[in-house]
Amino acid sequence: MKAESFKPLLPIVGVIGLVAVWSLVTWRQWVDPVLLPSPTATAQALWQGMDGGTLGFDFVKTVYRTAAATAIAAVIAIPLGIVLGASEKVYRSLEFVIDFFRSTPASAMFPLFLILFGVGDETKISVAAFGAVLVIVFNVAYGVMNARKTRLLAAKVMGASRLRVLVDVMLLESLPQTFVGLRNGVSLALVIIVVAEMFIGSQDGLGHSVFEAQQLFEMPRMYAAIFAAGVLGYGLNLLFLLIERRFVHWSGK
Amino acid sequence: MSAAPHALRSQSAGVLSPYQEAAAKKRPHVTIRGLSKHFGTTVIYDKFDLDLPRGELISVFGPNGCGKSTLINMIAGLTPPDAGQILFDGMRLDEIKFGYVFQNYREALFPWLRAFDNIAYPLKLMRVPVNERRARTERLVAHLGIKLDLKLYPYQMSGGQQQLVSIMRALIVEPEILFLDEPFSALDYEMTLFMREQLQRIFMETGTTTVLVSHDLEEAVFLADRVLLLSRHPALVADFPQVSASRPRTDATLSDPEFIRIKAHCLEVFQREVRRA
Repeated sequence: MKAESFKPLLPIVGVIGLVAVWSLVTWRQWVDPVLLPSPTATAQALWQGMDGGTLGFDFVKTVYRTAAATAIAAVIAIPLGIVLGASEKVYRSLEFVIDFFRSTPASAMFPLFLILFGVGDETKISVAAFGAVLVIVFNVAYGVMNARKTRLLAAKVMGASRLRVLVDVMLLESLPQTFVGLRNGVSLALVIIVVAEMFIGSQDGLGHSVFEAQQLFEMPRMYAAIFAAGVLGYGLNLLFLLIERRFVHWSGK
Repeated sequence: MSAAPHALRSQSAGVLSPYQEAAAKKRPHVTIRGLSKHFGTTVIYDKFDLDLPRGELISVFGPNGCGKSTLINMIAGLTPPDAGQILFDGMRLDEIKFGYVFQNYREALFPWLRAFDNIAYPLKLMRVPVNERRARTERLVAHLGIKLDLKLYPYQMSGGQQQLVSIMRALIVEPEILFLDEPFSALDYEMTLFMREQLQRIFMETGTTTVLVSHDLEEAVFLADRVLLLSRHPALVADFPQVSASRPRTDATLSDPEFIRIKAHCLEVFQREVRRA
């Protein structure tokens, strides 16, 4: 009983361990303090930055861009994935193209998108959306194609039309896999957005914050921005997991 | 339901006696003529003819791969035959209401719907209004006297409970004929015994013509009014004996001499067919 009640606290052990090692290293000065500030200095920079500082503003900017990119990607990719998955012939004929662009680093598309959209938010968001679309399409289509044959037959034998089977069965059957796609998609979108904020004439965002702090050698601020990005990535994944557990309660059962 | 108008049509003089009505009900329900089906180079059915009587529970039994499931799948429209005709009181499949229960209940039910909504789903397809769906589902559950928490999702239920939900889903449309493809073979023995009892009760309550594919001879005979014994493919009717034991059948039925005799007869026919290969 006692051992069981400790279980939820286990992840904290790793966090405490990391902070302990980090404190020891900075306290003994094993690493140049300019390169690795103490946990307290970093926490302070994080707090000040988030509490009315520029970091908070940058954080919100990155959240907005990532959310916009993911939303656009989902709106395009989910219906497309269902259409592709519903007909194996259509999917097989496009599979190579999708796989090819899915394997192409999205960052290689920056110059092209810069020409298309200029140096504004559109470029960052559309490159991230481009990357996320391919990941989501691929997963949705596979979710639809792998719909349980018996379930489709059951609907058919009860007299469901093709459209009904698509809406009532295939769509729901593909949801668990769709969420896998959304989680991967949002992670990829965040990566692309942060990279874009660093190098593509950006004035704000977490990527810009990390890059600027590094240029100015403000190490605590740089670490703070990195942690903020980590929190954001973890939080987005967790958010999608919670949504999935709420709406796709049958997943994995 | 639809037997009466048929009988009237064949009888030029108006009123039917109760006896005639009973006889009309025993008219063949399903008529199969010239049914042919092959998979690859294997001929499963070759000009196969069969009449299935109305209001009876018919078990289909035969050697492995002889086409038991293929037969009911063709009758239920899941597998298209190469040739031949299957009529229900002279009507085509799309003109009648029927129910089908799959062996794999886990994949046949919809895990995103509660048991209650799973059962009511066919009514949704028939565009029955929500209130009436609810009422009809509640009526069916009460009628069958099945005690289940229908607010649960399928994955929260035992295998037997899930299969009961599947059967109720098949019955909700008030089918004229019910097909079950090895419905209990994924269940453990204890649950199988319980489910046989449930199916018998459901059959006695509804009197729906029922076609059950079984790979368990005892089960096939225990549940059936008639056992359809098929030969190896190309499948022929090896025998179609009646099982006259009265219902409800119980554990005592299993040791009844007449029951044992018919079971032994079925086994003999089965083994003769197996050896013929």
